Amino acid sequence: MTISLKRISAFCLGLAAAAAIACSPAGAVEKKSFKIAWSIYAGWMPWGYAADSGLMKKWADKYGINVEIVQINDYVESINQYTAGGFDGCVMTNMDALTIPAAGGVDSTALIVGDFSNGNDGVVLKTGKTVADIKGEKINLVQLSVSHYLLARALDSVGLTEKDVSIVNTSDADIVSVFTSSSDSKAVVTWNPQLAEVAAVKGATKVFDSSKVPGEIIDLLVVNTGTLKDNPALAKALTGVWYEMMEKMAAGDEAMLTHMAKASGTDLAGYKSQLVTTRMFYKPAEAMEFTTSPQLPKTMDLVRTFSFEHGLLGEGAKTKDAVGIAFPGGEILGDAKNVKLRFDAEAMKLAAEGKL
Amino acid sequence: MGLRIINRRPGRGGALFWGALPFLAVLALYLTFSAMRLAENPNDKLLPALSTIAETVVRLAFTPDQRTGQVLLWVDTAASLARLAWGLAVSAALGLVIGIASGLVPYLRAGLSPFVAVVSLIPPMALLPILFISFGLDELSKVVLIVIGIAPFLIRDLAMRVEAIPPELVIKAQTLGASTWQIITRLVLPTMLPKLIDALRLSLGPAWLFLISAEAIAAQDGLGYRIFLVRRYLAMDVILPYVAWITLMAFLMDWGLRALNRRTSPWLTRGMA
Repeated sequence: MTISLKRISAFCLGLAAAAAIACSPAGAVEKKSFKIAWSIYAGWMPWGYAADSGLMKKWADKYGINVEIVQINDYVESINQYTAGGFDGCVMTNMDALTIPAAGGVDSTALIVGDFSNGNDGVVLKTGKTVADIKGEKINLVQLSVSHYLLARALDSVGLTEKDVSIVNTSDADIVSVFTSSSDSKAVVTWNPQLAEVAAVKGATKVFDSSKVPGEIIDLLVVNTGTLKDNPALAKALTGVWYEMMEKMAAGDEAMLTHMAKASGTDLAGYKSQLVTTRMFYKPAEAMEFTTSPQLPKTMDLVRTFSFEHGLLGEGAKTKDAVGIAFPGGEILGDAKNVKLRFDAEAMKLAAEGKL
Repeated sequence: MGLRIINRRPGRGGALFWGALPFLAVLALYLTFSAMRLAENPNDKLLPALSTIAETVVRLAFTPDQRTGQVLLWVDTAASLARLAWGLAVSAALGLVIGIASGLVPYLRAGLSPFVAVVSLIPPMALLPILFISFGLDELSKVVLIVIGIAPFLIRDLAMRVEAIPPELVIKAQTLGASTWQIITRLVLPTMLPKLIDALRLSLGPAWLFLISAEAIAAQDGLGYRIFLVRRYLAMDVILPYVAWITLMAFLMDWGLRALNRRTSPWLTRGMA
């Protein structure tokens, strides 16, 4: 006797349906438990402290929810996980927020504007002394990252374009060893702590850094907009814990700073030197002012232009307007019907008013 | 007896059906999940619709890139295949020369075989940072990674197969007055070439693995480069066709080597059913 084809196909269909149900993305409903992903970077270290010190639990309990803070070793992977729906929130830069979740159709809100890079990203040349010397060089950097953006801004500042250089996509983990030991590598663009190491190479010059374009590389806590809307408590708990930590940091809490320094693989002095080039918004009022300033839409316009020109908005994007970006006060950049990235100052405002 | 499952065989059509079934099942699963995710979020990048993938393939394979004027898929394919061909050619040459030498000459075997055995156990990926530093970031380090990855296996395989040549053949050749060189060219080489090609077929998988890994870490073009570049913005519509394309090429290379073996050494399959 043969096993009938019909029975086999019925079985396959059943299996597919069962798997489909098991893996279907969760719908937006009120829930109690949330997961936030973070990765190592000077301005994001407080999240690790929030988890380890119990502060996160304190604030989550206050609002009757449960927030799990998960450290992911690979930065891009953490954003991809968030975009795929594995996390409710994730730390990322403004550019990556636009090009990964927002361009991927995941409506995302920048809940907390934590800091901007003020020298944490830089261009280092082995022999040249000025940005103009970069012409004709081969440059090692993580392509399509903020390093790439910074290079575009650096080239722009001296009237060069990307056509004047050649770019070699190089993993951030290998940039230091490549630059220090290979004669092939004459120019790199990278971020801290790698930046400090390559800039310290004998004869090397840091010809450009993010302090020349202040406020353009912004580090955010991005949360799924739907989740945020259905669960106002989440925004309050996250903002509350963040500004309690900012207060401690601004006051120079030794124990907290040492904890974060260790977690980022350096010592207190090393971590403090990274903070020098990170413009932290210790006070919610500062972050709110930055987020509501007319400069932010201008910055995002630069970022989305770069992103579109490099194909980062995806296959479907025909113009840089494809993905809409909303700002506090109702201003919208790009397609108002497809707003996928929202800068929201409400939670930071509550924190500034001490209402959390 | 006929009712036992071990005695029941699919016919020709049946074999085709059973062979196609897993492919169809995977395709059906993909389409189901893709449709579900797209229903929820039309811009979902994780499981793009087949039509989106098709559009991307047209762009990658037939339209010059706006910024560089090159057609990306072919540029990447050419770069990767050149690296792979170099790696395989150098490894095959090393395997043939060192394998035969150490398999045939006891003094060389005593000197080389423990060393090659140890080298073959070093995980090549662990050497990658050292390779980048010693051979630079250009083509050389990528080719060297492939060579380090597969040459020791080829050498050991060939040496063992040379040792396994029936001693009576070697003795007979000597009684007929053959010199060592003549034994190599007339006896060992013809016996070993098909074995080398078989060993190369088995090495194709690792060779691709090392190629993609090297390209992922530092490169300006190549199939692995593109996959790891667009991973940055979750462009599965690029990654999936690239993976399929790599698989297809690996399959064709395997098939081509097998055909080459049949052609150059027809006696191999003679007498088989």
